[in-house]
Amino acid sequence: MSFEVQQPGILSLLLDGGRFGQHGIGLTTGGPADREAYAWANRLLGNDPNATAVEVSFGGLVLTAQNDGWICITGAELPFTIDGEEAPAWTTVAVRKGQEIALGYATAGCRAYLAVAGGFDVVHQFGSSATVVREGIGGLNGGPLRAGDTLPCASGNVATPCRLATEHQPRYTDELTLRLIPGYQQAHFSPGEQARLFHAEYVVGERCDRMGYRLEGAAIGCDIQGILSEGICLGAVQIPADGQPIVLLQDRQTIGGYPKMGSVLSLDCAALAQLRPGARVRFTPVTMEEAHNALHLAAFRFRHTPVEALA
Amino acid sequence: MDIQVAGENALILYFGSAPGPEVSDRVQAATLAAQQALGSDLIDLIPSYASLLVLFDPLRCDAFSVRQRLRAALADSTTAESDEGRTVVLPAYYATESGPDLARLAEHAGLSVDEVIEIHSQTAYRVYAIGFAPGFAYLGEVDPRIAAPRLDTPRKRVPRGAVAIADRQTAVYPAVSPGGWNLIGLCPTRLFDPHAEPTMPVSVGDTVRFEPVSRERFLELGGELGEEAR
Repeated sequence: MSFEVQQPGILSLLLDGGRFGQHGIGLTTGGPADREAYAWANRLLGNDPNATAVEVSFGGLVLTAQNDGWICITGAELPFTIDGEEAPAWTTVAVRKGQEIALGYATAGCRAYLAVAGGFDVVHQFGSSATVVREGIGGLNGGPLRAGDTLPCASGNVATPCRLATEHQPRYTDELTLRLIPGYQQAHFSPGEQARLFHAEYVVGERCDRMGYRLEGAAIGCDIQGILSEGICLGAVQIPADGQPIVLLQDRQTIGGYPKMGSVLSLDCAALAQLRPGARVRFTPVTMEEAHNALHLAAFRFRHTPVEALA
Repeated sequence: MDIQVAGENALILYFGSAPGPEVSDRVQAATLAAQQALGSDLIDLIPSYASLLVLFDPLRCDAFSVRQRLRAALADSTTAESDEGRTVVLPAYYATESGPDLARLAEHAGLSVDEVIEIHSQTAYRVYAIGFAPGFAYLGEVDPRIAAPRLDTPRKRVPRGAVAIADRQTAVYPAVSPGGWNLIGLCPTRLFDPHAEPTMPVSVGDTVRFEPVSRERFLELGGELGEEAR
């Protein structure tokens, strides 16, 4: 069972949940920029939660099915057709040998996930299939999908065809409030500078990718210029000399020497990664306890949200 | 030691504000203690110059308990228990053909090229941190006589194996990459080989020495010339 890449689109990456336990040799985690949408694609298909899928940034991926199978598209809203006929997202969809699966360009959000029943069958490197282009690790050859690539997959079946009801699907907007846990070098930002960060509105700049999102707006001053390089976690908000915050995401470097104000919740990092340049963002402070409550609630909601069986 | 929140799944432990072997010993001891204290709640660790980032699973344990367990474990551990680390010898072919900045660095330092080589290769360096790119080990500290600032304009392409200096740090580039460090030689040992076991010849806390080798020996050891820095 396999799919052949006709057109790779702008940036399509094979990935699983991410690469963990390898920071000691300088490898980042990688993995889905929007973990929620990725998790739904695998859950709808009844896959292992860590199964390998394709993350499609912005769109443009066209595949041909080499066998019969089942797929599911989640994430950014984009035109999705099978042999030219519109097909539903957030739904398990049967494909037959020879059919062409085409994703157009996103109209809301910017990262979509294409999963296949049983998952794509990719050799793991350092415990994960996640492609990190900067490191040249993961996926088929360490890079994005290319035209002509063959994507092998298990010949999985779907026990119950199903969909996620519209009211449970996330809505991708162009405005977002990021919950930030103050930490790291927070003490080196004066109360006035901290207040500025939490009251200003920022715009997503052109320099936004899976490594990090640079935000433009009120410059934040820090009383130190640099620090001894130290470990960086997901969502860390780095403030370089120009004062424009950068939220570090899945493909971030593992260590760095810029002061950081704290870190954005992973749930909000996923939402941020769906934004495009020009989108508006604010920060709001939360405590560690509030962050953990939010995580538990989101995990509970994910487990208990029912899927609709299709007739 | 100071423990700060880093993120929803991360605490960061600080052991000092300046790098040095003593602080690095404490980071090493804490790394081992954290592994033992957190077990399967631990996701990953990032030791660095004077800090240790501890990543845990926030759906399995809360930050309060992680903090308590780390404090208890660190109170019990002493630097005497820390793994002394290994000493790894890396061959280096120091020459103008392998180190395009060697002559300039020597001139800037008011030393001969041979003196620069001697100073660089007679210092025992400690691996303070690994990061920036897979396998990039930050080694310190370089003798102040041969310390040199980063290039004003970074190179687009530094060859794999380049032995380099930036301020009081030295490193071997693990792969071809852009870079702004001063290049003084080439090392035939691969610092990062995804197909080798172990992937890296060094870990944080190890001691590294450079051993000057001839052009012939460098080539014998598998070194490659001709990958020009630019």
